[in-house]
Amino acid sequence: MSTVDLEAVTTPAVATRQGRAVLRRFLRNPLAVIASLVFLAIVLSAVFALWLAPYGANFTKLALVTAPPGEEFLLGGDGAGRDVLSRLIYAGQLTLAGSFLTVLVAAGLGVSTGLIAGYFGGWFDRFGGWMANFLIVLPGTIVLVAMFTLIGPNIIITMVVLGVLIAPNFFRLVRNLVISVRNELYVDAARVSGLSDGRIISRHILSVVRAPIIIMAASVWGIAIVVQAGLEFIGLGDPTTPTWGSMLLDAYNNIYIGRHLLLPPGLMIGLTVGALILIGNGLRDALNGEEAIMVAPRQRVKDTARAAVAVPSVPEALLEVHGLSVGYAGRDGSTKTVVRSVGFTIARGEILGLVGESGSGKTQTALSVLRLLPEGGMVTGGGIWLEGQNLAGFSDAQMQAIRGRRIGYIPQEPMSNLDPLFRVGSQLCEPLQVVGGLSRQEARDKALALLERVGIADPHRVFMSYPHQISGGMAQRVLIAGALSCDPDLLIADEPTTALDVTVQAEILDLIRDLQAERNLGVLMVTHNFGVVADLCDRVAVMRGGEIVELGPVNDIFARPQHDYTRTLLASTLEDAPVRPPLVPRPPRQQSAGAEA
Amino acid sequence: MSTIATTNLLEVDELTVHYGKFQALKGVSVTLAPGETLGLVGESGSGKSTLGRAVLGLAEVSSGSIRYLGREISRLDRAGRRALSREIQVVFQDPYTSLNAMLSVGDILVEPLLVQGTNGAKARERVQELLDQVRLPSDAATRLPREFSGGQRQRIAIARALAINPQLIVCDEPVSALDLSTQARVIDLFIEIQERTGVAYLFISHDLAVVRAISHRVAVMSGGKIVEQGPADQVTSAPKDDYTRRLLMAAPVPDPIAQAERRRARLAQAGKVPA
Amino acid sequence: MTGYVIQRFASAMLLLLTITAVAYGLIYSGGAEVSRSILGELATDEQVAAKNVELGLDQPLPIQYGNWLANAVRGDLGRSWFSAERVSDAIASRLGVTLSIVSVAILICTVISVALGAFAAVRRGWWDRAVQIVSVIGEALPNFWVGLLLVATFAISLRLFPATGFVPLNRSPLGWLSSITLPVTALVIGGVASAAAQVRGALIDVLSRDYIRTLRARGLPENRVILRHALRNAAPAAITVLSLQFIGMIGGAVMIEKVFALPGMGTLAIDATVRGDIPVIMGVLITMALIVVVVNLFVDLANAWINPKARLA
Repeated sequence: MSTVDLEAVTTPAVATRQGRAVLRRFLRNPLAVIASLVFLAIVLSAVFALWLAPYGANFTKLALVTAPPGEEFLLGGDGAGRDVLSRLIYAGQLTLAGSFLTVLVAAGLGVSTGLIAGYFGGWFDRFGGWMANFLIVLPGTIVLVAMFTLIGPNIIITMVVLGVLIAPNFFRLVRNLVISVRNELYVDAARVSGLSDGRIISRHILSVVRAPIIIMAASVWGIAIVVQAGLEFIGLGDPTTPTWGSMLLDAYNNIYIGRHLLLPPGLMIGLTVGALILIGNGLRDALNGEEAIMVAPRQRVKDTARAAVAVPSVPEALLEVHGLSVGYAGRDGSTKTVVRSVGFTIARGEILGLVGESGSGKTQTALSVLRLLPEGGMVTGGGIWLEGQNLAGFSDAQMQAIRGRRIGYIPQEPMSNLDPLFRVGSQLCEPLQVVGGLSRQEARDKALALLERVGIADPHRVFMSYPHQISGGMAQRVLIAGALSCDPDLLIADEPTTALDVTVQAEILDLIRDLQAERNLGVLMVTHNFGVVADLCDRVAVMRGGEIVELGPVNDIFARPQHDYTRTLLASTLEDAPVRPPLVPRPPRQQSAGAEA
Repeated sequence: MSTIATTNLLEVDELTVHYGKFQALKGVSVTLAPGETLGLVGESGSGKSTLGRAVLGLAEVSSGSIRYLGREISRLDRAGRRALSREIQVVFQDPYTSLNAMLSVGDILVEPLLVQGTNGAKARERVQELLDQVRLPSDAATRLPREFSGGQRQRIAIARALAINPQLIVCDEPVSALDLSTQARVIDLFIEIQERTGVAYLFISHDLAVVRAISHRVAVMSGGKIVEQGPADQVTSAPKDDYTRRLLMAAPVPDPIAQAERRRARLAQAGKVPA
Repeated sequence: MTGYVIQRFASAMLLLLTITAVAYGLIYSGGAEVSRSILGELATDEQVAAKNVELGLDQPLPIQYGNWLANAVRGDLGRSWFSAERVSDAIASRLGVTLSIVSVAILICTVISVALGAFAAVRRGWWDRAVQIVSVIGEALPNFWVGLLLVATFAISLRLFPATGFVPLNRSPLGWLSSITLPVTALVIGGVASAAAQVRGALIDVLSRDYIRTLRARGLPENRVILRHALRNAAPAAITVLSLQFIGMIGGAVMIEKVFALPGMGTLAIDATVRGDIPVIMGVLITMALIVVVVNLFVDLANAWINPKARLA
């Protein structure tokens, strides 16, 4: 069929494309490259032992029993007068092969069952999960020791059994990955496109699970080497073939007379396993790609902020931001600027809207006022004044005293902003007691009063609830109560209604408006929604690409936008878009003619 | 009576869907004519997405029927569903998770063609046509989804849905994740494609303004039921149902004076004294 | 909560039952040859048959298992085929050795890895790098080899600690401490290496969550945010990692006990294995499985205690 060869043409191209990017990042990680070379050298030396080793594995020279390193035996002789270096090279063969067998068995068994369990679910998934739990709680080493009674010194079977014992790790990894992928929309889209299960697994699911499997395989290979060495060390190995574990046993038996025997096999195991771990880590970093930014130590944020220019502030303003720039440190030491010379003021009792599309820098601006930028972010220029005090000069401890008491914060996503492990009441009382200095009972009373104030019908029940037991709208009310708990003068609201349904949004906007009027709060309202701006704000700043392009009273901006970008945005709102003309009836196609018709 | 009016593309009748014990759809009936857009609007948990998923065969139907060109499709097996994939396609909300990040745009677009047995050269040709239709550069085929913005990704998803010339596309919140200016352009693209190809849309959104801009008719859902259904203009500007009215009044309009008016009206309606 | 406890407990019992059944089936299926191997090659068929009856090996496997289980529930694990010592006595005298090493090791490991992991996660920068590199090295070296190095250095060269042997705690606390110091050190080095890295990862993940930023925005002191909220949220991951370390150490004790010639469960297992002393092997296996099942039960309950979602589900 023609479809088959098309797939054959396209699929490898996909793999190489994605693979190449990962490989490039992997090769840029020096530690991972060195580890790969070391591991390769160890594997090759084991493969070519016959040519590399100076002597045979069992070549014996009685004069050199436990001899220290010397000219003839470079690393000395072992307890039976054999060359340690040669045995070390030969020992790589069975050690690497045996442990690799474990990897193959564990991955083969775990991946195949994990794929089926994850993709099809049902009884197989339950049974597999139970088996995995069963195998994982077995004390592996003891089982392998007990196995010795049944099968004797057979390292191959032992390593296969170890593979079975380790397989649950692959099973769980693959199953969980597959379940997460199975619920991805692109798998739904593939299903709607009519792809068969086999095609979906090979095209969409294998590509996602492949890399994590390789990473886990590297770590399992290391574990298998150590376990194998351990079993041989306690005398359950095959005495006829050299392995690093049996060499350690020999060293143990001669620990009083030939201490030099201890180092070579141990270091060899350490080097091999360490290389495998580093390869796995390097691969993981390469897959995560650009996300793995080098994180600058905290200190830097403070220093650059202190270096800010001293600008006379507007004394009557509650908040003044002047020439503010925010940047993120890249891995190569460069700085990526996300906010450029932004300035605005907020008076007491005023609501300023900060409106813009994604990536405009509006949230970054808001968070830098609180000095709560995500990791790597820092204020690179300008200043922030709260009632005439320059916050740039504040220490972290002083900033902490500002947060909560002077500036309150309402986040965007209600559910993810409550600590899931604490009751709502405890989360409200904690700042009241710690920051506000209230007693336990006072805090409780005030928290209940706040819950009631933000419109929660049954404050006692919500007070005793955990976050997962309340709805999103209610959680947002709780967060507003939290933001106001220590009576701040300024409220920073970062898209506080974006995650909510419209009817709930209207209620929350009403609540914010009421509270603002009641407490004469200054509010910085970050939003992408011009309707919210029109509803709530006194003035508005329009941001694009990290800059404010236009700032002014709401009525002026909506009625007479000066900047082209503001005009474009306002024109894009759909509220007054024309309705479609009536449908012209047409007959359906009775048979689909296909793409080519 | 016109004979054409009776040939509906899609007829959903008394449809009920359960998720475990939860009844997501409680006897929903809608129809869709060829080339028509039916806007489905409602808040989270209203069942609007479930209806879309049931039409796509992604949600199990408890009772009721879904007929496509008169043929029952609510309980099709895998093979029947595959045959139907020529006719019904989908565009999902999230342009980030609806495209496999590991596949190139070309591979994503080829996927539905592969299933239909289109051969290599023809398929590549079709991919170029599709990219052209959704106004993406022709070299897009060799690039990965992450090289594109949200709006561009949504264009890719639309191209994928169009690949095999379906007669119906289920659009599940396709512009909700997009920025304002992008949203308007993508809606224009949807309309333009419909006018050119005659495809019908079942267009799901939580946003009355979006639904108003693209739909011929609108159905409002709440609690697994349809509370109001009618011409787009009437439902979105002069709703008859209480819930629809609340929905309309709750959405803030981007005009301070009009919004102040709407707020006053809403609070009066709810029996609260305006602030 | 009670329902959850009962459910976890029942599942643990079921698991234990399965482990014993599978182990019994596997080990005793080859048991017919046992009598001959005990009596030696010269024994007559009659002697072998008599021995079979004596050991109960003439009965069908399920009945053998049933008898064994009925006795095991009462604490009777049979007698060693070679020394006639009661298996339960043999285990009782050895278990203390293994448990004292492993529990002391896991306690120290918990303290160090949580402290180190938290420090790396909070400070980041070069400290973080250092912790990561040290943990790779620690993870790569087999703990019994580290034990051998410790013996060679501190016991044989410097003579600071005894190279071998165990002193019970009730005989001489100081002697006990001195006899377990090196084995515990060997176990701790490897344990800390992997546990610290995982605690670090879990904590970094938690610290990037939205609610941490909101807590900071409320003006809570950084120490409080980390100690009360972040660590608690990272705790389930840490507990799981440490429990796996504990299970690994119990198994790894076999090698460590050989290195230090300690009369623990591992040594008992090796001796019994080499001799083919099946009742003892079975007893060791069951004891170990019981410990592991109990540890897992505690992990489940601890996680449920921490996480209301699991508890209230």
